[in-house]
Amino acid sequence: MIPLNLADGAPPALHGVTEAPPTLDWWLLAPFLVLFGAGVLAVLFEAFWPKGSRRTLQIALAATALLVTFVLLVLQVEAVGDGTTVGNGVLAVDRTVLFFQGTITVLALVSLMLIAERRDGRDAFSAQAATVPGSEEERTHILAGSQHTEVYPLVLFAVLGMLMFPASNDFLVMFIALEVMSLPLYLLCGLARRRRLFSQEAAVKYFLLGAFSSAFFLFGIAMVYGYAGSVNFGVIRGAVESGGAEIFQGGNGEPLLLMGVGLVAIGLLFKVGAVPFHNWKPDVYQGAPTPITALMASCTLVAAFGALLRVFFVPFGTSAAIWEPMLWTVAILTMVVAAIVAVTQRDIKRLLAYSSVVHAGFILTAVVAGSVEGLAGAMFYLAAYGFTTLGAFAVVTLVRTRDGGQELGDLDKWAGLGRRSPGLALALSLFLLAFAGIPLTSGFIGKFAVFEAAVSAGATPLVVVGVLSSAVTAYFYVRIIVVMFFRDSEGEGPTVARAGVLTGGVITVGVAATLALGIFPGPVLDHLVPSGEPGQEPTAVMVDQVTEDPVDE
Amino acid sequence: MTQHHAYLAADPAVATAADSAVLSNAWLLIALPLVGAAILLLGGRRTNGWGPLLATALPIGSFVWALLALFELLGRGAADRAVSVPVYEWFAAGDFSARIDLLVDPLSISFVLLITFVGSLIHVYSLGYMAEDPGRRRFFAYLNLFVAAMLVLVLADNFVLLFLGWEGVGLASYLLIGFWQYKPSAATAAKKAFLINRVGDIGLLVAIMIMFTVLGAVSFSEVFAAVPGAGDGVLLAIGLLLLLGACGKSAQLPLQAWLLDAMEGPTPVSALIHAATMVTAGVYLIVRAGPIFEGAPVAQTVVMSVGAATMLAGGLIASAKDDIKKSLAGSTMSQIGMMVLAAGLGPVGYVAAIAHLITHGFFKAGLFLGAGSVMHGMNDDVDMRKYGGLASKMPITFATFGLGYLAIIGVPFLSGWWTKESIISAAFGIGGTAGMVFGSAIILGAALTAFYMSRMVFMTFLGKKRWDEGVHPHESPVSMTAPMVVLSIGSVALGGFLVFGDRFAGFLAPAIGAEPHHFTVGHAFTAPYGLAALAVLVLGVALAWFMYLRKPVERTAPKGNLVTNTARNELYGNEINEGLFMRPGQVLTKALVVIEDKVIDGAVNGIGAGVSDSSTGLGRTQTGFARTYALTMLLGAVIVAATLVVRF
Repeated sequence: MIPLNLADGAPPALHGVTEAPPTLDWWLLAPFLVLFGAGVLAVLFEAFWPKGSRRTLQIALAATALLVTFVLLVLQVEAVGDGTTVGNGVLAVDRTVLFFQGTITVLALVSLMLIAERRDGRDAFSAQAATVPGSEEERTHILAGSQHTEVYPLVLFAVLGMLMFPASNDFLVMFIALEVMSLPLYLLCGLARRRRLFSQEAAVKYFLLGAFSSAFFLFGIAMVYGYAGSVNFGVIRGAVESGGAEIFQGGNGEPLLLMGVGLVAIGLLFKVGAVPFHNWKPDVYQGAPTPITALMASCTLVAAFGALLRVFFVPFGTSAAIWEPMLWTVAILTMVVAAIVAVTQRDIKRLLAYSSVVHAGFILTAVVAGSVEGLAGAMFYLAAYGFTTLGAFAVVTLVRTRDGGQELGDLDKWAGLGRRSPGLALALSLFLLAFAGIPLTSGFIGKFAVFEAAVSAGATPLVVVGVLSSAVTAYFYVRIIVVMFFRDSEGEGPTVARAGVLTGGVITVGVAATLALGIFPGPVLDHLVPSGEPGQEPTAVMVDQVTEDPVDE
Repeated sequence: MTQHHAYLAADPAVATAADSAVLSNAWLLIALPLVGAAILLLGGRRTNGWGPLLATALPIGSFVWALLALFELLGRGAADRAVSVPVYEWFAAGDFSARIDLLVDPLSISFVLLITFVGSLIHVYSLGYMAEDPGRRRFFAYLNLFVAAMLVLVLADNFVLLFLGWEGVGLASYLLIGFWQYKPSAATAAKKAFLINRVGDIGLLVAIMIMFTVLGAVSFSEVFAAVPGAGDGVLLAIGLLLLLGACGKSAQLPLQAWLLDAMEGPTPVSALIHAATMVTAGVYLIVRAGPIFEGAPVAQTVVMSVGAATMLAGGLIASAKDDIKKSLAGSTMSQIGMMVLAAGLGPVGYVAAIAHLITHGFFKAGLFLGAGSVMHGMNDDVDMRKYGGLASKMPITFATFGLGYLAIIGVPFLSGWWTKESIISAAFGIGGTAGMVFGSAIILGAALTAFYMSRMVFMTFLGKKRWDEGVHPHESPVSMTAPMVVLSIGSVALGGFLVFGDRFAGFLAPAIGAEPHHFTVGHAFTAPYGLAALAVLVLGVALAWFMYLRKPVERTAPKGNLVTNTARNELYGNEINEGLFMRPGQVLTKALVVIEDKVIDGAVNGIGAGVSDSSTGLGRTQTGFARTYALTMLLGAVIVAATLVVRF
């Protein structure tokens, strides 16, 4: 990007403007390129590969691409050292970013297992999304066994965006990442096989509101650019410290910064689903095909929080006094409102959506902490929550109505599930207890880590609200367990589809991760997430700006 | 901090390392019952046959191990009896590390012995009591889980691990109280116990957080070492929050309401909850955290007041209930209240509180098992007005129950007398108005105990038969009576063994910084309070004799006066809870739901249900909602803008 020349006369020292061709570290860019290449390849397969074997090929391609990406990310951990930037400083590569990316990749792989699962030869997606629901044409497609294998390239592109989002070191790249991540998700939301109108409604709502929030975000970027004279995180950070770009040396730049911080925050808070920007979550989570909901609830949340943490800690890290009261308010609103509203939810997917909103509130307390401890707590929390929520949604895909065979969201009808399928009910109970933060589950460690960070940063009132809120949430989680185990089913209960290898695998991974991170969190806490001195600035472990030496040839 | 805390305050590492196989493997104490629970729960139906036997053998194994550990401790010098046993590091957040270290010291080993011994007996008893129950494998698994969780609680050497056991006890009690889940009342009682306990848990959790932030530590030794440097306000806050936690688990006012409902669980569970586990946790916590309370005299006074109030309230409830188990539950409230009071007295009361806790464990377990035996013979009827004259039909139950009865009311030289006298003399010993008030309260409590326990025995075993038709009382099988006999021996002799010659005080006092307190037998018969205790004992028994033996007992409860009705209604504890917490909570929830559901979501929800049937309805209303959502976001933008401009 080329910053505007703000002052007459000699051009100011502009960052990133060089006449030399950009030097790109292809090795560090490889994870993005692999996913992008696989996505493009998958689109070509859609166009030219014969229908019969296309689905298998697409799944294999997506899984391989994600696996290779993950291996590349792991290989980079040692290499990046204290962190660096690539591509003229638009993307950051440090251990924090790699942790987020690695987590997203693994969670995406597990979600892919849910997405690929088929029951009676049918997956969770519409046979032909372009047909009118209930029409003759739709029936023809269903009978012909049509299927949308476009799902797989879409997932690959979405994951690409998710990897870029928390790695961005530049607001424009971050915006592009946001859109690359979101656009495929809007489409995927509308592809449900059953209750198609509902699914399409969710997709349209998600799209409209997402566009609305993107507008906020983009407008915020413009304000920040006006204030700092650059969209690069490192430059903005420096500008905030010195009171703005050169033309603001008189000291009247703050309104621009305030507007910038606020509007950018709205865009990010929408993505993580904090109150009052959460309205889309219940509707979209409920309407989308459940495997896609699982993908959004785990990977998208991790990516969105990764980006949010980066924005507040790096470019705006020195202006914490400005945004802290705002985040306090949003965190309290989120924890209180979502927890209370969730109490009366009757549908499991809506309930999990509100639960996700409450969890976003808990993680926001770690953002308010503004320390390495907070960052580490949020990182652990997100990874732990991602696996647990995947497992929970996997269970949701298995509980179905007796007649239509569609998923049965109504919790009142889950009575007696504990007696009919004790294993499944037990797994879900474990996930719910982890959501509630009961010790020996990953949820407890996560909550402890974020609350501990918030307390040591002096945000004790926030933690008190958090603890009270989690007591409320414990009520409705336990209520589900009570319904499953201690209440008789009225009339015919739900049927439980036999868990296929893939869904069973997802539940197993969820249980294993929930227990392992709860009982032996040591390795992750000690080695994977950063550990800093108490009160240490997050930039100690988050890279912002690296002066790249032009290559002398 | 006074001198007797030198042991704790001197150096966080004062606990010596475990140097013998028995002590360094103390984790086995917990692991044995835990493994039992795992095998029975995961093993499925395969373990139906031998599972309960295994589950009974494992706590016995723990008990044997605990005995060995006790001998190891006795072999050490009095100053080296606190042994730290590292197990593993659970997690470290920041510079904070939650390790699993166990602390084997005289206080914890006393609890371990009580829990495993009484717990094992209850397992044996359950073999007979639950013989016919289809879910007995699950039942034994939960019992094992309960014992394991309680052992974690008392063996922890830091507050975080203690909290883990605390939550485990809460979970196990929830599972056991709601064991007969097909009974709606049992499911409700389980939920109630769980919810009320969560209130207490929050107190404990916040206390731990304050400790960590302000004192910078959570392990017992480090926290207590930091007490002298901490501010009064901090200690008071921690003390009151710990008390809140203790109130939840120990069913003290105002969190007492779950205990009476918890009788919905099978009777062995009641015995386990009331005698050896769960309710004793609060007393343990207060005694263990003694240095904190000693630094906060106001908190101590609150502890004593709560204990005294609960003691009297429990006594009143026990006097009015016709349900034998609920009456015993009231009695537990009352006795635990007395222990909490004693623990609140400070160092002079610790030994007395723990000694009474142990003897109470024996006779209350005996009484509950006896009650279970009676119910077993009476087709599970619990109404004492339909008992009467059972002494001849159930001689062993009568004898063992009778000994427990004599012990609990404090007949001289039986277990209860020794320990209750210790508490009374400790209470009067603190002197001043407080000493008089609390000492007199205990004597009043003793009078109530004599009354309600006599009433229970008279209505159940003596007097005329008031049985329902078709009821044929019979003595219970030997697997049930044998534990009762063992417990009754403890009810008779244990108190004397512990108190006489200050045997228990000599063992326990140095470990918990208690003041050595000498119990003189003669004093109990010459001091005014000793005589008063004996006088109210006679008075209570006489009054019960007059009301329930001399006059015939009616088969239906007579209309009572205001006091009786209040007590029958458990002092309206449920109504108070509902009025203060439940209804406002419901109103708040409803209000927010109206905002969310009616204004924003209501239509979507309504339409959502009908989506599969009516696509037209959806099409008509769809557009409006995204707009509403967008409006909410705009409102959010205003909030964000406002908080950015007006920074509070």
